[in-house]
Amino acid sequence: MRPIWKERPAPAYQAVKAVVLGGFALAIIVPIMVVVSTSLASDADIIEAGGYVLWPSHPTLKAYDTLFSGGLMARAIGVSLFVTVIGTAIALCTTIALAYATSRPVLFGRPVLLLVLFTLLFAPGIIPMFLVVKQLGLIDSLWSLILPGALGAFNFVVMRTFFMNVPAEILESARIDGASDFTILRRIVMPLSKAVIAVVGLFYAVGFWNAFFNALLYLNDTSKWPVQVILRTYVLQGKSLSADQLGVTPPPQPQSLQMAVVVVALVPIAMVYPFLQRHFTKGVITGAVKG
Amino acid sequence: MSRRKQPELPFAVRLRRDWQMLVLMLPGVLFLLVFFYLPVLGNVVAFQDFQPYLGIMHSEWNGVQNFVNLYADPDFWDALRNTLLLAGVQLLLFFPVPLALALIVDSLVSNKIRRAFQTIAYLPHFLSWVLVIALFQQSLGGAGFVNNLLRQAGFDPIPFMTNPDTFPLLVVGQLIWKDAGWAMIIFLAALSAVDVSLYEAAAADGAGRWRRLWHITLPSMRTVIVLLLILRIGDILSVGFEQFILQRDSVGPGAAEVLDTFTYYAGVVGGDWSSGAAAGLAKGVIGALLLWGANTVAHRLGEPGIFQKRGQS
Repeated sequence: MRPIWKERPAPAYQAVKAVVLGGFALAIIVPIMVVVSTSLASDADIIEAGGYVLWPSHPTLKAYDTLFSGGLMARAIGVSLFVTVIGTAIALCTTIALAYATSRPVLFGRPVLLLVLFTLLFAPGIIPMFLVVKQLGLIDSLWSLILPGALGAFNFVVMRTFFMNVPAEILESARIDGASDFTILRRIVMPLSKAVIAVVGLFYAVGFWNAFFNALLYLNDTSKWPVQVILRTYVLQGKSLSADQLGVTPPPQPQSLQMAVVVVALVPIAMVYPFLQRHFTKGVITGAVKG
Repeated sequence: MSRRKQPELPFAVRLRRDWQMLVLMLPGVLFLLVFFYLPVLGNVVAFQDFQPYLGIMHSEWNGVQNFVNLYADPDFWDALRNTLLLAGVQLLLFFPVPLALALIVDSLVSNKIRRAFQTIAYLPHFLSWVLVIALFQQSLGGAGFVNNLLRQAGFDPIPFMTNPDTFPLLVVGQLIWKDAGWAMIIFLAALSAVDVSLYEAAAADGAGRWRRLWHITLPSMRTVIVLLLILRIGDILSVGFEQFILQRDSVGPGAAEVLDTFTYYAGVVGGDWSSGAAAGLAKGVIGALLLWGANTVAHRLGEPGIFQKRGQS
């Protein structure tokens, strides 16, 4: 049953909508598909197509084989995974604890809240940030990628808004039963907030996985480069992955190898995305537009 | 609830009652002090002749000399002009796109198509800028597949990625590709909150689809539109930092140098810490002022803006 103000539009309107939305969706899908296909294509496919293939007729994993035969890429993935997993865990703990404490009327709750919200208005600047990280002795340490990202103001707001909507009666009755604040957070608030924890965790994880500039800024040691910096160096700047880095001669078609690097950066995102997709609309909206 | 009514509890009692909460706040507060407020204070190097081996404590003060130097530096003015130009173009061309997409998606009758489109449109937001620019380069670059097709069809290749004159358009294109779908979320939420009885009444009174859009949909979204506009203006000087630093080499600093990249190259790469910090500080202050100004204008126009709302919660 369709309400009267949603009657089926005239064919002309339908066509316009289809072109706009379809064009937008294709513009997103086609480049990703070409990259994935080319990374899987055989050398002969690529030469025949003149560089790029839309669909590999003889799919092969040769490019990936070559990519992982040297230590470079495996190490970069290790770095990125470490930063993502540890970073997300630390950031989630910090954010949940702070959001819960400031979501209740407690001592120093308000001043601390203002302390966080002010960070939304002003950025400290690249140079002072660099000097602080340097002073702490974090240059060339993976902690320089993790610690500065341990609390995101936006994620904090999303989390806190959600916690504030947990009915106070539940917490009150738990307190009467003798539960401490730690117990209440662990046994009641967190289980009720699984969806928002998943969403905020995803945002943090994506942020850590995608971090590029911090790595550029704080890591001089090339053996600690994360995937994004590898991607920049070998795909955007076009440095070739030399034979000794890969340990294979002759190297395969450069296109498929470069595309394989792109795919490596893409895959983790593509893997978590479908699972969390249904949660995040709600998560973002509770945080962003409240009332 | 009952606690709200007794804020007069003595400090010691509240301290004992809340000690666990204070422990929970500790890591977050420590983080804020070390990685936000300490760097904010560190901005004093903008007023120093900072020497790394002397440190902040022992470097010489030189007042506003660094800002005077910036004022005389044509590169700084280039960076400022580029920042404002690129920010303006982004605001003008990017902002309407998510709104338009949201209006079209909201008018879709089929839920299946709507969900499929949303799934695709949100995805690029989660890709890193490096990845997005790599995808653009592989698609539109000199050796990319679009130019490959052009060459095979007998046309001259088009330098999408390296032409400084069209760089602002390229940048907006990338921003739309990456974030327009995501920015649509909030508009969709606002649209779904519009009171449906208004549409019913208007339709019964004979208002066509365009009149309903103009007189009901858009006015209902005013608050959200203004809110997002303000946030965007506050962010305006940060115009996609990674996006520019990644493309500065291929387009040249003439078109791609913005305040943030200027700070990076002057300070971290060039070793002129004080000039970099001065440029960064100038950017931070201007950005905060713009945000405050936009919010004030919104208040004058009778919109809630952003500060008020936060104060209430």
